[in-house]
Amino acid sequence: MSNKFKSIETKYYEERQELFDGLKRLDRRAFMRVAGASAGIVAGMGLVTPASFQLVQVAEAQDNPEKPKFTFAYISDTHLYEQKLNDRFVRSILKAVDDVNALDPQPDFVLFGGDLAQLGQAGELKLGAQILKSVKAPVRMMVGEHDWFLDMGELWRELFGEPTYSFEHKGIHFVVLNSIQEKDFWTERGLTPKERMQIVAGLDNGIQSRFEVGAEQRAWLQKDLAKVDKKTPVIVFSHSPLYKYYKPWNFWTDDADEVQALLKPFEKVTVIHGHTHQLLTNRINNIHFHGMLSTAWPWPYAPEGLPSFTTQMNRADPFSAFDGCGDGRMDVLEAGLVNKLYNLWERNPITVRASYLASNGKKDAPPRPKLPTY
Amino acid sequence: MNFQTKLLAGLIAASSLAGGAALATGSGLKAEPLPQHKVPVSKEGNLVVGLCDGVTSMEVEGVKDGQSMTRDQAQAVSTALMAEWRRKNPDANWDDVPPPAKAVAQAGKPKAPGTPPAAVDATQQKPSAGGAVKNAGQSAASGASEVAAQKDANLQTGHTYGAFSERDEKIWADSTQAFVDEGHRVFHDAAALGGTIAVSCDMCHPDAANTHPETYPKYQVQLGRVAMLRDMINWCIQNPVRGKPLGDDDPKMKAMEAYIYARRKGVPLEFGKH
Repeated sequence: MSNKFKSIETKYYEERQELFDGLKRLDRRAFMRVAGASAGIVAGMGLVTPASFQLVQVAEAQDNPEKPKFTFAYISDTHLYEQKLNDRFVRSILKAVDDVNALDPQPDFVLFGGDLAQLGQAGELKLGAQILKSVKAPVRMMVGEHDWFLDMGELWRELFGEPTYSFEHKGIHFVVLNSIQEKDFWTERGLTPKERMQIVAGLDNGIQSRFEVGAEQRAWLQKDLAKVDKKTPVIVFSHSPLYKYYKPWNFWTDDADEVQALLKPFEKVTVIHGHTHQLLTNRINNIHFHGMLSTAWPWPYAPEGLPSFTTQMNRADPFSAFDGCGDGRMDVLEAGLVNKLYNLWERNPITVRASYLASNGKKDAPPRPKLPTY
Repeated sequence: MNFQTKLLAGLIAASSLAGGAALATGSGLKAEPLPQHKVPVSKEGNLVVGLCDGVTSMEVEGVKDGQSMTRDQAQAVSTALMAEWRRKNPDANWDDVPPPAKAVAQAGKPKAPGTPPAAVDATQQKPSAGGAVKNAGQSAASGASEVAAQKDANLQTGHTYGAFSERDEKIWADSTQAFVDEGHRVFHDAAALGGTIAVSCDMCHPDAANTHPETYPKYQVQLGRVAMLRDMINWCIQNPVRGKPLGDDDPKMKAMEAYIYARRKGVPLEFGKH
């Protein structure tokens, strides 16, 4: 950081960085080591820090019989430019790759949540593909609007295959959707592909159409789900949230209701989405929704429409390029729902538990932020 | 002309008035010197003091140009200048100055002017000839003489700024909007900001969200001092955007401030809040 003043918060976060790194790889022996470090920090600061609460939680988790069946990790919304233009976002995705590679045990796979590139350019997509090759676990790809609207997905398909697919993994039915389709707003205006991409890349321009899954893909989904037993847990990956949050910023999927109707017959449905770059939690009937963090930057919460289950994260510290950003992990429980761990790079990790949503917010509420949010 | 400037030009063309268009788009966005009150030179070499109306001035006898006045002389000069202005504008309304506590609390409605507005001959409101302001293009006098002739106009005469026409108001609104539009353009364009890594303001602040201009000035913990909104704009330009900081009087800085404030219209001022 170029400014000579370090905020109290920055110093505080730096002091605990090592502690958090330890927390991520916690076993019995490591717990003792980290506990020692935590005691040192508490003593050094002369007060009880949130870090000490964190340790208590983790210690409880050690004895928790609610064992996950398996885990997968996620990296999302990296918004890469070419490295010679912008190294900041490249550093962020590398940090996320390191995080995921350091997970012990390793996740069954890594879900990439879309928006690999910023402007869909070949250099950006290829750089992203190259970096993701260094992930040790298998990577599953999802497409975002920033990857798509320069060439309408041509290069993305070439690099990663079809954006819509499903697979079974350890008794769970997974579906990956391309939910960022838009109605043609460019032909009539005579826009070039570059101009079209630039407009889609902006959140607040109001020119682009809203996102949708589209009739064709909905028909595919119906067919795909028809062969799945209604008791089988379903996990859907979608770039845009499969519900209607805030239309002016396209935190929105126009045909969300139709897609939800297709998922309604299933007992346990989880939708994991990218795009919104924030801690975002929602539940609509049987469907549990979780938003993923971005590695590039956090979006502010929209002025209205925030789902009531969402516990907002603090306003990001603009003085830290990594604050409000991060990656994460999903623990798929025996019951078929997920505990979602948000690995916020400059803050305490936050877990949104399946039991929080299943109990309609009555149990296991995530910690509330300490600072007011605008 | 890239795509954004095409859009901006379209917006301005659509919102501009015939006649007002040149003024609306031309003024404010370029760093032009503000009009100055050029006071006449004293034959005796005395100090000449001008009033902020741009036309009234007086010589201070016994004080040569370049010398400083005593406190008593200064008080006498300001009293005399004010008396002269009152003589020229007998029916002008002065807004009551709120007591300090009220000013800080930003009481909702402004108090009604003390004296009821009286009918005044429009020609009386015209600044007297010879002032530099009158010749500087857009001025307080533009169209004022026609105001009284406008049918059914709901006029509050005797305002301290003089009467102004609907055309004046349109020009002012349009030129202010042009300022905001220019701010919108710069805010959304990494190249216009002078950024070197293609990051623009809207990438973290859609619709200028999370800029909370109404909380400035405030103690910025990370800087270790009190900051104005422009200090934070510059911080963002230097760090996440990786460009060069803009000067306080840079038209781009002013335009961005205008855009950010415009997005928070109606939000109560709470300076110092975190």
